[in-house]
Amino acid sequence: MDLESITDLLGIFLVIVFFGLVVMFAILERGRKSRNLRRIDAFAQLRRAIGIAVEDGARLHVSLGRGDVTGLNSAATFVGLSILGRISRTASISDRPPVATSGDGAVAILTRDTMRGAYREVGAGSEYHPAVGRLTGVTPFSYAAGVIPIIRDEMVSGSVLIGHFGSEVALITDVVERSDGFSLAGTDSLPAQAILYATAQEPLIGEELYAGGAYLRAGRMHVASLRAQDVLRWLIVAAIVIGGLWKLVQGF
Amino acid sequence: MRLKFPIFSAAVAVLSGLIVLFFYFFPPLGAFDWRATLLQWAASLTAVALLVGVLNLASVHLGKLNDEGANPLYSGVLLIALVVTFLLVLVMGPVSETGQWVFNYIQLPIETSLMAVLAVSLAYASARMLRRRPTVFTLLFIGTVLIVLLGYSPLATAQLPLISELLVSLQAWVAQVPALAGARGILLGVALGTIATGLRILMAADRPYGG
Repeated sequence: MDLESITDLLGIFLVIVFFGLVVMFAILERGRKSRNLRRIDAFAQLRRAIGIAVEDGARLHVSLGRGDVTGLNSAATFVGLSILGRISRTASISDRPPVATSGDGAVAILTRDTMRGAYREVGAGSEYHPAVGRLTGVTPFSYAAGVIPIIRDEMVSGSVLIGHFGSEVALITDVVERSDGFSLAGTDSLPAQAILYATAQEPLIGEELYAGGAYLRAGRMHVASLRAQDVLRWLIVAAIVIGGLWKLVQGF
Repeated sequence: MRLKFPIFSAAVAVLSGLIVLFFYFFPPLGAFDWRATLLQWAASLTAVALLVGVLNLASVHLGKLNDEGANPLYSGVLLIALVVTFLLVLVMGPVSETGQWVFNYIQLPIETSLMAVLAVSLAYASARMLRRRPTVFTLLFIGTVLIVLLGYSPLATAQLPLISELLVSLQAWVAQVPALAGARGILLGVALGTIATGLRILMAADRPYGG
């Protein structure tokens, strides 16, 4: 059996184990009231920011970055859509409903679809307007340049940046800071994570990005998949430690 | 009975996802490649979606032209640039000299200027971070940035006794040991999160489609 076949088999095995764990934790989560998740300050601050925006009649901006729906960075975009759905449900009653931006045509359509669905769910379907989901530019800097006037001119009190970004994200967080707004940001890109650590008020590091749904009560499947991630992470840590020790023993 | 979510959209999404995943691990033996076909369809739909997105962009800025509260200048410039570029590329073709000229002499310099602004923004943000979050991790972050920057600076190549050698070796160690270890840890977390998100969509627990 060649290396490629072994890697493929490992991939299938990992997906099946992950699926089994998610189903198992989803069954265990049924009926449980407390979620027992570790505290992530960023999400606590986000809930606070949503409340303040609704009370003050200000707008929240959700930026989904410039990831697409078919590439490697699509997972971050889908997490952003899930968080957008939660925010839209809560903030749709605000005088100024949330506005979402993206840098890909298909994501822009899904953005509008997600928001329309959220509005309908809370019985505010007539309040929905297609202009709340916008494509601002398809290249990194044109995307950032298109987002800046929205934050500056449209009474935005806070920005949630969840998706795939590059270094251009610093221009967006800079404008948020200058307009005294709240910024929560998470991305799958390593260079952008380093930039966001320095520039965002509440940066999400690594897998914290994918925990958004569980922390914003998007359903028990989100909590179940978070627990499955934890189990697999410990298995990978154990495998790395055992592999290191094995190499060490072989050296003697 | 009215369903809580659009069953048809969910079925199409789940089935398409399962087919692509299955044929990723088990390449088809026959002549027809379902995975490649579905991905081609997705690419074509993405191109159409881009056109819809551009129309949405134009309609938002048209609305701003009529809105008394908004600044119509930038929206006007955007709409004129959009129409002129669209017509030029439509008539002359995307790889024509004119199309390339628009890209090389308008788009590229503007984006490069924004990149230059980025350097200033980042330096300012680092200083601001010290004031906003004065923790050990912030100091560690700034210290690491300074070590790596100095390692690439002329000081490191100036053949100064001890200093140059120390800077180069310290920068190399930071980049190859702690930074690489941290990056791999983060990437493992990102990979697990990606699988979790994909599985939630395959199980129709996450449905970013169909309203």
